[in-house]
Amino acid sequence: MLHPDLLLAATRPTWPDILVFAASAAVILVGAVGVVTSRNPVHAALSLVMTLFGVAVLFIEQEADFLAAVQIIVYAGAIVVLFLFVIMFLGVDRAEDITVEPLGGQRPLAIIFSVITLGGVLAMAATAHWVTGARQVVGPIQGHVTKSLSSPSGEPAQLGKQLFTTYLFAFEATAALLVIAVVGAVVLARRPPTVHADPEDASQSELSA
Amino acid sequence: MSLSGAWYLGLAAIVFTIGAIGLLVRRNVLIMFMCIELMLNAANLTFVTFARMLGDIGGQAVVFFVLVVAAAEVVVGLGIVVTNFRRRSTTVADDLNSLKG
Repeated sequence: MLHPDLLLAATRPTWPDILVFAASAAVILVGAVGVVTSRNPVHAALSLVMTLFGVAVLFIEQEADFLAAVQIIVYAGAIVVLFLFVIMFLGVDRAEDITVEPLGGQRPLAIIFSVITLGGVLAMAATAHWVTGARQVVGPIQGHVTKSLSSPSGEPAQLGKQLFTTYLFAFEATAALLVIAVVGAVVLARRPPTVHADPEDASQSELSA
Repeated sequence: MSLSGAWYLGLAAIVFTIGAIGLLVRRNVLIMFMCIELMLNAANLTFVTFARMLGDIGGQAVVFFVLVVAAAEVVVGLGIVVTNFRRRSTTVADDLNSLKG
């Protein structure tokens, strides 16, 4: 097991690992820049898919297989499709002019401050000694999946076990959160009731809307 | 064994910065949402990296919850965008100035 102080130490990666990391890092960065610089929202959404795939590859590289699958299914499969749905539904899938700067001097300032923050984070990560408390709360990750069905091991089984024991309350809370989100989306997207000729009805529907 | 965690953390920091720049610079609400997704993904990558480095699966559990919250956030946020578009026919944040004095 790695000690936190080994964060910057070389662990002798093999060349396929370096290749996978370099390729997916390039995919992630190109996609991220594409999201920010695309003039057409549809192109931005497709660049976002590119970034999400790259992150999923890095999840697999770090033995988080289940999360990689969930990343593809939930993010690329559901969230980006929802984005594309809304873009098409609203009919805003045309290029916008991003050369005009609505607020003078904001872009250089935003870039300068973001890069300063990046430098600060990197410097802190390189020099600080982290106090992480208990290093292992729920035990080490076992990378290899056994074939026996009666006692499954491996990363997905471990994650599932933890979700339903240590993090059970948070897991139930996410269920409530999803229900609330669905109800909220339905209420928001519902067409406002048609205004009647009766002024009392109209004022009531306006209040409820 | 994969590369040392510092590479992953550096990449995550860069992606987070790109997302932050986009959130500050762009004016289209939909693209601002996508930049928030970029920042969330950078944070997820950090969590998975620390889960591997510290040998603790708790980091991956947190990523799972972040995914759920991101999905809920996008659903409600896009609902608000659609509702707003019905009233004002715009998705540009600068045009929503009803409260301007």
